[in-house]
Amino acid sequence: MIRLQTRTDSSTLMVFFSPLLALILTAFSTFVVFFLAGVDGFGAFYVLFIEPLTSLYSFSEMLVKAAPLIMIALGLSIGFRAGVWNIGAEGQYVIGAVAGSAVGLYFYEVEGFWLLPLMSLVAIIAGMSYAGIAAFLRTKYQVNEILVTLMLTYVAILFLSAMVHGPLRDPDGFNFPESRLFHDSATLPIIWQGTRVHIGLAVAVILAFVSYFWINKHITGLQIKISGNAPRAAKFAGFDENKTVWLSLLVSGGVAGLAGVFEATGPIGQLVPHLPSGYGFTAIIVAFLARLNPIGIIFSALLIALTYIGGESAQITYDLPNSITSIFQGMLLFYFLACDILIRYKFVFTFYQRQ
Amino acid sequence: MNELFVQIILGISIASVPLIFAATGELLVERSGVLNLGVEGMMIVGAITGFVVQFHFDNALLSLAAAIIAGMSIAAIFAFLTQIMLTNQVATGLALTLFGLGVSAFWGRAYSKVTVDRVDAINVPGLSDLPIVGPLVFSYDPLFYLSILMVILVWYFLNRTKKGLILRAIGDNHDAAHAIGHKVVRYRFIAILFGGAMAGIGGAYLSLVQVPIWVEGMTAGRGWISLALVVFASWQPFKVIVGAIIFGGITILQLHAQGFGVNVDAQYLSMLPYLMTIFVLVTLRIRIKSNTNRVMPSCLGKIFHSTQ
Repeated sequence: MIRLQTRTDSSTLMVFFSPLLALILTAFSTFVVFFLAGVDGFGAFYVLFIEPLTSLYSFSEMLVKAAPLIMIALGLSIGFRAGVWNIGAEGQYVIGAVAGSAVGLYFYEVEGFWLLPLMSLVAIIAGMSYAGIAAFLRTKYQVNEILVTLMLTYVAILFLSAMVHGPLRDPDGFNFPESRLFHDSATLPIIWQGTRVHIGLAVAVILAFVSYFWINKHITGLQIKISGNAPRAAKFAGFDENKTVWLSLLVSGGVAGLAGVFEATGPIGQLVPHLPSGYGFTAIIVAFLARLNPIGIIFSALLIALTYIGGESAQITYDLPNSITSIFQGMLLFYFLACDILIRYKFVFTFYQRQ
Repeated sequence: MNELFVQIILGISIASVPLIFAATGELLVERSGVLNLGVEGMMIVGAITGFVVQFHFDNALLSLAAAIIAGMSIAAIFAFLTQIMLTNQVATGLALTLFGLGVSAFWGRAYSKVTVDRVDAINVPGLSDLPIVGPLVFSYDPLFYLSILMVILVWYFLNRTKKGLILRAIGDNHDAAHAIGHKVVRYRFIAILFGGAMAGIGGAYLSLVQVPIWVEGMTAGRGWISLALVVFASWQPFKVIVGAIIFGGITILQLHAQGFGVNVDAQYLSMLPYLMTIFVLVTLRIRIKSNTNRVMPSCLGKIFHSTQ
C-alpha cells in the first residue's frame, strides 16, 4: 500500500530534484513518441535538443523566440499567483501588434526617434485595454476571466485578419494580406549584429528583474501573493480583491501587447496573418515551468524556445511535423506538475492492513 | 422559403450536437467538483481518432467507439494527474488541450487530403417524407437523437439516483462526503472519464457528420464554448440544450448572413459566436446576480487530499 503524506515543510531537495525528474521523464517519453513515429530516436533527440546549441545562428534564433515568451510569461505569472487566469495573452499580443503597427504605418516614411516609443506605448495601452475588458466583466459581473480572455483571443485573430485584408494592407502588395514593411524608424534595433536578436530581449530580462523585486520587496507584490495563497486571509487583511484582478490583467495585457508589437517590428518586420504563433499560450507553460518565479522564467523560456528551434530542424531533417513541439511542451508541463507532488507530499509505504 | 427554413433549422441542430455532447459531459465532471479545461483537447483527439478509423474501416459504430476510447484515454491522463498526483486543475487542463492539439495534428498530417463517407441521417419511411415536419423531426443522424438522450440520462442520474446524489454531494463538499465514507477520488475519476467519452463523441461528430474531412485544429474553440455553456446552463443539463441551440444558431446565421445580403466582412461575422458567448455570460450574471454562487458546485476546482 502506497499512501501520500503531507510534509510539514516543503522539501528543499525536491524543489530542485522534481524539475530534473520531470525533464528526464519528458525526454524518455519523447523517445517513445519518436519510436512510435518510426524515427531514429537518438538522432531526432540530438536534432531537437543539442544541435540548436551548436550553431551560432540557431542559438541566436533561440534568443529571438525567448524574448516574447519571457515578457508574456512574466505578465501572466503575476495573475497566476493571485488566482487570476488570463488565458488569452495571445489575443492581447495580437491587439498590441495591430495597434502599434497601425501607428507605425500611419507615420510611414516619417523619420524620428520618437516613433518606436510611441508605437510601443500604443501597443501597451491596447493590450491593457483588451485585457481590461475581462477585468471589468469579472469585477463588475463575476464573469469568468478564463472564458472571456479566450473568446477575445479568437476575436483578436479575426480582427488581425480583417485588418491585413483591409485598411492596413500594403497598397502596392498585389493584394497579398500583408501590411507594408516597416521603415527604419519603425523597426526594432538589433542588439547582436548579424542576427535577428533585438532590443526586446534586453527589455525582457530587465522586466524579469523588475518583476522579481516587485513581487518580493513591494507591498503590492505581497498582496498579490497572499490573495492567491490565502484568499480569505487577504480579505480579512482588507486587501481589495477587485484591485488585484485589475492589476493582474492590466499588467499581463500590457506586457503581452508590447511583446506583440516587438514581434511585428522586430523579427517579422510587417503585419502578417500568421503573426499569432501561439506564444501567448506557450507562455502559460513557461510561467508554470518556472513555478511563477520571474528569474526562473528566463530559463524556462530559453528551454521552450529551444524546443521551437529543435522542432523546426526536426521538421527539415526528419520530416516531422511542427506539432511535435506542442506534444513535447504538453508532456513537459504534465510531468512538471506531477513531479511537484514530491515537494508537498511524501510517499509512505505501509505494509500492514489498516483497520 | 420553406426549404430554406428547414435547411436553417437542420443546420442549427447539426451545429449544436457537438456542443451538447461536450458540455453535458463537462457538466457532470463539474458537478463532481472538478474543472477540466481540457475539453478542446479531448474533442480534437476524438475528432481525429473517429476520422482515422472511419477512413480505414468505413464503419460508423467502430469509429465512434474509437473516438470514445480516445477521449477517455486522454481524459485518464487528466484524472490521474489531478486526482492522484494532486496537480492544479487549471494548469493540467490547459496542458491537456495543448497536448491534444499537438497529438491530433501529428497524427492527422497523413489524413489531411482524404475524405470519408459521411455518417448519414436515418430516414424513417413515411414519416421523413412528411412536408416540413418530416425533415424537421425525423431526418437527423442517430447521434443527434443520442445527444438528447444523453442529456436526459445525465439529468436522471444527477437528480433521481442515489449515486447521482452522492456525486453532487462530493462536488459541494468533498471533505464531508469523504467523512461519511464516500469514495471521492473514485467518483471523480469516473466522472472525468465520462466527460472524456462525451467530448470524444462531440469531436467525432465534427469530423464524421458536420464535415467529413480532417482539418488541423478543426474544433476551433468549440471545447471552450462548451465550457461556457456549462456556466450558461447554471449546471442544469436541460439548459445545455437551450444554450447549444443559441450558439448553433449564431454559427449558422453567420453562414447564411451573406446570402441574406448582409454586407460585412467575413471576419467580423465569424467573431459573432465568440462575442455571443461573452454577451450571454454577462447577461446571465446580470439576470441571476448573486444566485450563481449558490448553483455552482462549491468544491469546483479545489484539490482533495484525504489525510487519513
